[in-house]
Amino acid sequence: MNKIWNPEIECMDRAEIIKLQNERLRNVVKYEYDRVPLYRERMDKKGVKPEDIRTIEDLKYLPFTEKTDLRDTFPYGLFAADKKDIVRIQGSSGTTGKPIVSGYTQNDIDIWTEMMARTLTAGNADQDSIIQVCYGYGLFTGGLGAHQGSSKIGAMTIPMSSGNTARQLMMMEEMGTTHLCCTPSYALYLGESIREMGIDRSRLNLKCGFLGAEPWTEEMRAEIESLLGIDALDIYGLTEISGPGVSFECLEKNGMHVNEDHVIPEIIDPATEMPLPYGQKGELVFTTITKTGMPMLRYRTHDICILHDEKCACGRTIVRMERLMGRTDDMLVIRGVNVFPSQIESVLVGVRGVAPHYMLIVDRKKATDSLEIQVEVTDDMFSDSIGGLDLIKKEIAEKIKSVVGIKAEITLVAPHTIPRSEGKAKRIIDKRNL
Amino acid sequence: MYRVKQLSVFLENRKGSLAAATQLLGASGLNLLALSIAETDNFGIARLIVSDTQDGVSRLRASGYTVRTTDVLVACVPDRPNGLTEILRILEKEDISVEYLYSFVRNSGFNALIIFRVSDTERAMQILKNNGIEMLTQAQVDTL
Ligand SMILES: [Zn+2]
Repeated sequence: MNKIWNPEIECMDRAEIIKLQNERLRNVVKYEYDRVPLYRERMDKKGVKPEDIRTIEDLKYLPFTEKTDLRDTFPYGLFAADKKDIVRIQGSSGTTGKPIVSGYTQNDIDIWTEMMARTLTAGNADQDSIIQVCYGYGLFTGGLGAHQGSSKIGAMTIPMSSGNTARQLMMMEEMGTTHLCCTPSYALYLGESIREMGIDRSRLNLKCGFLGAEPWTEEMRAEIESLLGIDALDIYGLTEISGPGVSFECLEKNGMHVNEDHVIPEIIDPATEMPLPYGQKGELVFTTITKTGMPMLRYRTHDICILHDEKCACGRTIVRMERLMGRTDDMLVIRGVNVFPSQIESVLVGVRGVAPHYMLIVDRKKATDSLEIQVEVTDDMFSDSIGGLDLIKKEIAEKIKSVVGIKAEITLVAPHTIPRSEGKAKRIIDKRNL
Repeated sequence: MYRVKQLSVFLENRKGSLAAATQLLGASGLNLLALSIAETDNFGIARLIVSDTQDGVSRLRASGYTVRTTDVLVACVPDRPNGLTEILRILEKEDISVEYLYSFVRNSGFNALIIFRVSDTERAMQILKNNGIEMLTQAQVDTL
């Protein structure tokens, strides 16, 4: 059973979707050119006039928008609507200095709410559902975004916000929560707490979770689903575009459906900045085509993923994006191949006994790039035989070759020799002088 | 009953990595009875028989080494020409392969002692026994 909130749009014929996008793109480009100096200057500089943009094929002529543009023009620089028409500000604190804010007109709030209504419906939530929102409420879009969507579909909304796990679990049990909105790591934590506190899972009524706001893996999904006894669905969103619900998974769990009537997703090669076809891996770029408060032309997410336009088994025709594969900031170009450390990590954790500690060493010898991957030997993978260790090396090298597409030298190193660090680990040494 | 515990330690091919491991054991008061090294271009495995295997394992682990224990056989080589060949022939005839072998570092008072890692420890033990090859028990090894 697959519920669909807006089948007319979500299952629209692809040619019709593209027609709708073409029309809306023309409008938003003209709107931005007329109202936002930064876009007008950049388009003039590229020699592009609004009327040059006829279809989504012409997107490639438009300038990009970067997160730094939002920071540099803080607070109102990229607002296209009059301030009197802005009804909401959302944003992110940002780790350094100025925050990033986005201004929403009532139209923008309605669009965002619609996207989140589709998201929740894809997990079979409806007016009989009890939705517990454990995302934080505030400038962060998680709490309010989920809340608005939940209200829209007529569910019973419990606005718990984040934190206080004992109280979350008490409410979940007593109220009979059916759907959960939180980060995947918090879902995992809730599941572990349920086990530790000895709560009888048959007393819970949980069916589905909408988990986003941070990257996660299929392994985490399996663990969350078994701990909580739910379908764990991935959702994606960013404040610059609207908030959670930009794309969402259905129960097929086969990629996140992008709300293409409101945003156009593109994949580009982050190095050449040229568009790539569906099915190819690259950087995700969004253009909003219905927002009026602060529309974005070709906003670079720096998230790496793959788009697919084949119809999903759920019946939806809107484009699906695969689980995020990493960030362009970490990308290495080795022998002309784009390599993401996150891909290498996913290969390593899939090999029995291999610890998630690794170091990538890139070098250039005789004009050829080389990649060495240092892997720590754990008790689990260590057998008494040289042959056993050689087999593991071979297995890793073959998987790297098939997933990443390049040959790597695998070096086994003693445990705890790869430096650990808080937060983002230093995992790459690039010795090339480029 | 002739199974003897051997310690295997993963070592990077770096200067001093073996010495660091043996020094750690020595400093813990453990006697090193036998030692062999197998190595490749970038890593190696040190195989050791020590006076207290369990203590050796926990001390090495505590210092961050990757360690495991393996069952091996310790056989006394008959004191006659081709004594070792005799043992190998016996095993070969029964289709038991020898993964590796090495000898003790100490003078034990016994004839030459050889440590065997074989494909089927249990059967090898029976066959060697039936052929009159003397083997040491863990208790005997511990008191060497
Ligand atoms: Zn679907």
